[in-house]
Amino acid sequence: MIAARLQAEPFDLAAEQAALLAGRTDLGAAVCFTGLVRADEGLVALTLEHYPAMTLAQMQAIADQAAARWPSVVGTAIHRHGRLTPGEAIVLVVTASPHRDHAFAAAMFLMDWLKTGAPFWKREEWADGTTRWVEAKATDDGAAARWNQA
Amino acid sequence: MQLVYFAWVREMVGTDAETLAPPADVTTVAALLDWLAGRSDGHAAALADRSRIRVAVDQQFAGPDTTLAGATEIAIFPPVTGG
Repeated sequence: MIAARLQAEPFDLAAEQAALLAGRTDLGAAVCFTGLVRADEGLVALTLEHYPAMTLAQMQAIADQAAARWPSVVGTAIHRHGRLTPGEAIVLVVTASPHRDHAFAAAMFLMDWLKTGAPFWKREEWADGTTRWVEAKATDDGAAARWNQA
Repeated sequence: MQLVYFAWVREMVGTDAETLAPPADVTTVAALLDWLAGRSDGHAAALADRSRIRVAVDQQFAGPDTTLAGATEIAIFPPVTGG
């Protein structure tokens, strides 16, 4: 089971991993990925807009695909929305499995698809008062698409 | 049907949602975008480059040929940039 969550509030990485691992002694590997707001020169904030009627269902569909692909993996994927400032965490993926290869692979899969397959849009806010919508990157699409070739 | 817009599509169209009744011959996503583009300068500008437009029909990602039969909510937005 890989559970997806959507929230405005910050998350607690240690608490999320502890909750995932609680009561389990069969897991030999746990992987954590945190995506952060990077302070590109002059960047004041990122605002994540999303499609409330669709976002969580789409996140869970991605999580379900990962769980079907790596049945031994358990995990939690949390994506935040709203206005975030540099250094704040945007997205968390925690996975665990008996062996590390599946936990790493599932975490990578989840991130590649959260970036390209869930309805979020980032708007950058700059020190001079201007705003700009982030453009989608072909490299992100490529990273997600390679999972379809395997 | 309910149209909802996100990100710069929303800003260029000038509203986040509108309820519209397209003519009967508008049966696909591509036809809907063509028809919408004629509604205002904002719609036309937002939809000018279809390679930068993505659509969801009833909360499922859709392509230009996706049918609108029975659809209640059509979302129009730029390529997603989460993560």
